[in-house]
Amino acid sequence: MSRALGSASRLAANPLAGIDTAVAEQLLGEALASGGQYADLYFEFRRGADFVMEEGQVRSVGRVLLVGLGVRVLRGDATGYAYTEELSSARMREVARTAGQIAAADRTVAPAALSSLRGSDTYPVSESSLAQPGPDKVALLRRADAAARGFDARIVRVEVSLAEEWREILVFTSDGRLAQDRQPMLRFGVHAVAEETGRRQGGRSGTALRRGLELFALPGHAPEEHGREAARIAIAMLHAQEAPAGSMPVVLGPGESGILLHEAVGHGLEADFNRKKTSNYTDQIGKSVASQLCTVVDDATVGHARGSINVDDEGNPGQRNLLIENGVLRGYLQDRISARHFHAEATGNGRRESFRCQPLPRMTNTMLLGGQDDPEDIVRSVQRGIYAKHFSGGQVNICNGDFVFALSESYLIEDGMLTAPLRGVNLIGNGPEVLRQVTMVGHDFKLSEGTWTCGKDGQSVPVGVGTPTVKIARITVGGTRTP
Amino acid sequence: MSRLPDARRCQEWAEEMLSYARAAGAEGAEVLVRDGCELEVKVRLGEPELVKEAGSRALGLRVLRDHRVAVTYSSDFAPASMRQFAHESVELCELAEPDPLADLPARHEMAREIPDLDLWDETAPSFDAAQALRLARQGEQAALQCDRRVTNSEGAVMARVMGATAFASSAGFSGGYRGSSLSLVVAPVCDDADNKKRNGHYWTASRFASGLLDAEAVGLEAARRTLAKLGSRKIATCQVPAVFAPEAARALLGQLAAVVSGGAVWRKSSYLAAREGTAVASPLVTVVDDPLRRRAPGSRPFDGEGLAARPNVVVSEGVLRTFLCDVYSARKLGRGSTGSAGRGVGGGPHVSTSNFVLLAGKTPPAELERVAKGLYVTDLMGFGFNPVTGDWSQGANGFWIDNGSRVHPVSEITISINFDDLWKSIDGVGDDLDTRSSVQSPSLRVSSITVAGT
Repeated sequence: MSRALGSASRLAANPLAGIDTAVAEQLLGEALASGGQYADLYFEFRRGADFVMEEGQVRSVGRVLLVGLGVRVLRGDATGYAYTEELSSARMREVARTAGQIAAADRTVAPAALSSLRGSDTYPVSESSLAQPGPDKVALLRRADAAARGFDARIVRVEVSLAEEWREILVFTSDGRLAQDRQPMLRFGVHAVAEETGRRQGGRSGTALRRGLELFALPGHAPEEHGREAARIAIAMLHAQEAPAGSMPVVLGPGESGILLHEAVGHGLEADFNRKKTSNYTDQIGKSVASQLCTVVDDATVGHARGSINVDDEGNPGQRNLLIENGVLRGYLQDRISARHFHAEATGNGRRESFRCQPLPRMTNTMLLGGQDDPEDIVRSVQRGIYAKHFSGGQVNICNGDFVFALSESYLIEDGMLTAPLRGVNLIGNGPEVLRQVTMVGHDFKLSEGTWTCGKDGQSVPVGVGTPTVKIARITVGGTRTP
Repeated sequence: MSRLPDARRCQEWAEEMLSYARAAGAEGAEVLVRDGCELEVKVRLGEPELVKEAGSRALGLRVLRDHRVAVTYSSDFAPASMRQFAHESVELCELAEPDPLADLPARHEMAREIPDLDLWDETAPSFDAAQALRLARQGEQAALQCDRRVTNSEGAVMARVMGATAFASSAGFSGGYRGSSLSLVVAPVCDDADNKKRNGHYWTASRFASGLLDAEAVGLEAARRTLAKLGSRKIATCQVPAVFAPEAARALLGQLAAVVSGGAVWRKSSYLAAREGTAVASPLVTVVDDPLRRRAPGSRPFDGEGLAARPNVVVSEGVLRTFLCDVYSARKLGRGSTGSAGRGVGGGPHVSTSNFVLLAGKTPPAELERVAKGLYVTDLMGFGFNPVTGDWSQGANGFWIDNGSRVHPVSEITISINFDDLWKSIDGVGDDLDTRSSVQSPSLRVSSITVAGT
């Protein structure tokens, strides 16, 4: 339990401190006693705090504290899973045995001796922001609130939130791995509402990075900048027009447009869907799945990025994985079960929401690498189409590759120039078809520093997305204005 | 793991925590304790893929001092830890700023009795992994064997959840109840042209094991729905009437729930903010939020602040009768709570619906499809709804209707309309209410919508 209100010295003892290799080896033995072929233990200690300011006042402060153990036992492709929040010896052993029930065999495997994995640290943070004084954080909220209100008299409502999290994980596997990581996360967000004679619009800005409070000293991340940006979007959208409906060229702005990659190809390349042959990328390795201009990587090693991980939740180091090279499919995102199936190396993509969930192949930071084109030339090349700047989310059907993503700030392009702002609109496309329609790729790659969260099978994990400016020759725009 | 959720024990914990919070200096406090026990199995191509069993317990605490609020969450029930947790939570209040409206409900508002809504199946604890695997296997097998074009499967998942919820408030309430829920979903896959695959699913759910549909029937219906998608294609951009199947209509109703929430209204985040007492939908539309339905998925005997649960008519023949409010949003709007507070262990009270039901009409669904040309919508994709403006644009799948019949499946299109116009232009409500989930709708027809395709 955390006592953190003031200084670091008041942080309570780590409840995982008593978990050592002797405890782990005993539990792994217990988990495998019914005949499982492999077992792992996932210990998690998560502390978090959040502050919400509404109408210029700190409305509520919150604190979360979670500790638990998840035990997984594999036999073939089958998983037995159990978890507990209570780390007493008796309870942990009971959970290990429950997970082991998936297996029923006469021969049993003994766990290997554990040895520690030494990885890199892509998000060194000397101490959690949780240990910093609360009033410092309230001051940050106040700065963003004032900036948003001060931006324009038409801003009628502002909400600012700050959430901090410190997650420690310990992974022990029956094939002898011991891995640990400390994963900080600091999230800051502003929502502004603008009003003008009968019209109302909202705008958002924010960031989430694996950093401490030094985040606010980075370019673009002063609280005032997020306040003003949220207000700017709300005001800009007040006079937005209805968007056109139909198939047309779309220019994706740098950064957030990476959500298209995430939906159009990322999910389809998660190895579980390919192992089960339920992805439209099944059996496509080595084949052309996108325009030659497209090179896509998933990179867990970007410094301080929201999607980065030093080790995944199965104890494998996070790494940079090439998925598509010049349009040709090169590899999948693997977890342990799938890597074994494909006789592939682990890629460090076995992730889970918490100790209550089994790991699945998941993305980290998914990016389309930069190309040769000048971003201004890309816009100039479009006679009539849409420029997509900000997004609110997306969704894909893995089986057939159809995906949608929602634009929260976009503009009409007329004769190579951005003109009217457009009301919220969805784009819909099919993954491989849209990637073949990529005809220009800018040299202005950017990783979005926004708060992206990916959901799969009910589990949410933090991810990153990035792209340069990209031209898609044709995609369906779901506006209301028919030609 | 045989530990059963125990509502009485949860209530003792809640009361114990309440006394620690008061001893620590809280002027007001609320404690929610949840004790859950889950079993989930997944079968794929006849083989078990996952067996998950776990018990989970946590408590959420909200404390007030000088109208300052802190909300905290822990899973540590050792008495010493609970005492310390109470202290730290009360200390946290110092960081919040005083809000005169932040207070517990008045004593006279609190629920006096806890109705038995028949939410607990005595046979649920004996429903074990072996039985779950058997039903999942049966359901999947029925789908795989009914037609040779069903070539693959995303699996069949059978889940059983048992939970106890207890709530104690220093405003004068302490109570608890148990609930159970079981569900089976089957998701077959068919191969289509161009390396595309078509997936579909069907599911059954009930608070009682005896209320589930037969596993085989679920599998067959899942296969039927998936096969019907073979040959899906885009259509040209057009304006046509659209019929929403109950599953798709339910998604619309869920979005309506978000904009009739008192929380969204005082936050200026609902396009309905100034519309109480006016027409917000077609006269064919009546929507109620009813937490007291026996055996229903969204029922609750009291709300998240300890107020008596009560049915509310939200929309009556198209007219918006009330926003749904918890105590805080009601005070912001200068009125009384509608008993609509939800509460999870991880956060404070907030407006939430219980069983949010669009009442069935009189039209058989087949009659709704009697249009010259139109779109039948089976499911929606994406997040294209802006509650502030009502702008609405979603990905859709379904069928093209020509001369009253579904002629081919449709995918990769979007449908768009302003949400206010959508509800006002409903010109048909089916008699086929789908009661499987806590947001319930029959089929609906909208007179005209923009379809974006080729």
